[in-house]
Amino acid sequence: MNESGGVLRVRGLCKEHGEGQGLVRAVDEVDLDVPAAQTLAVMGPSGCGKSTLLHLMGGLERPTRGEVRLDGRRIDTLSERALARLRRRSVGFVFQAFHLVEELSAAENVELPALLAGCSPRAARRRAAALLERFGLADRARHLPWQLSGGQRQRVAIARAIANEPLVLLADEPTGNLGTGATLDVLRLFSELRAAGQTLVIVTHDERVASTADRLISMRDGTFVDDTRLAGSNTGRLGGMIGLGD
Amino acid sequence: MQDALLAMLAKEPSHGYGLRMRLRRALGPLGESMNAGQVYVTLARLEKAGLVVGERADGFPDRPDRKVYALTPAGQQRVAAWLAEVNWPKPNLAEFHLKLAAAAAARLADPVELVDAQRRELLRRLGEVQRAVLAEPDGSTAGLLLEGVALRLQADLRWLEACERLWSRTGNEGA
Repeated sequence: MNESGGVLRVRGLCKEHGEGQGLVRAVDEVDLDVPAAQTLAVMGPSGCGKSTLLHLMGGLERPTRGEVRLDGRRIDTLSERALARLRRRSVGFVFQAFHLVEELSAAENVELPALLAGCSPRAARRRAAALLERFGLADRARHLPWQLSGGQRQRVAIARAIANEPLVLLADEPTGNLGTGATLDVLRLFSELRAAGQTLVIVTHDERVASTADRLISMRDGTFVDDTRLAGSNTGRLGGMIGLGD
Repeated sequence: MQDALLAMLAKEPSHGYGLRMRLRRALGPLGESMNAGQVYVTLARLEKAGLVVGERADGFPDRPDRKVYALTPAGQQRVAAWLAEVNWPKPNLAEFHLKLAAAAAARLADPVELVDAQRRELLRRLGEVQRAVLAEPDGSTAGLLLEGVALRLQADLRWLEACERLWSRTGNEGA
């Protein structure tokens, strides 16, 4: 751990698109610290900059101004090569549209990050098998993505994202394409990852996903308008919510 | 209804008819079914409880029922308590809606902040329900009920989002 105590540390972050009259600040002077093992949800209307923020934090895009530190190390100034390596090893991404390699089986998709990080094929295979087993997908290991349901595909994508034990898992609308049942499966997985100490940032417009996070940030027009702690707040009023008691 | 009327009086003293008109405006077609006498009955109750005082207005000698009502200090306290309350026992949309309208009209509180406080409370509850849902085995009957509670909270949260959009646009000039 580094002296700042945060896995992710963002200062004065700006991302501008266009210029002159058409200048848009997608992310506008944002500061953020995400401590280790925190599950942070970011909500906001489409176009508020939440996905851009996620891309900036994972090194998929470069900021116009400001800095991003991952485990104390500044990543916005890295070379393209160093950034690519960082994305392979230290950051896990999960997307709404899964982004699995369609020609590869579930197991091969999960093996990929380990292979790219220089693992031996045997070690990669072992790791993928263990992850699929843990995610309840052992019997789907040899299936191609199109043979899997949406929920199964997203679970494979999450297995792939954490295959290299990233410092942070960044998820962009991970349940956006899923129905209720599959959403619950993904939430179960996230809560398991959180229990295992995984740092997690989830961009979502699904209140049910956001409500299970430790902390919720609301974004509007590129800035944070609310930062709420949600964790462990059992009100003991479940009965009241269904009209029993009170 | 009692709380909503008290909060409306926080802007300025008013007679029953004026309050009825403001209620009608805030509620739109939903207020059409409101019984005309309801406002007067409620005002009489509030007066008895010492939360408002009614004084005969000058200039209406022919209308002895035209009393102008004003908040007492106890009434003001009750309004403040109502605004700060974030309970949502049975979602009473009209009550919350009127709370926002009254808060904006009397500049008692920023409606957007009231919405935010409510939203945080509902999100905490949704999180609690959601964790309970996740802990239920597949096909559990209790899970079905929890699912219903979660869906309702979700709908409420979406409505609060719409409230926030409107009230952050109109600022304090609404209602």
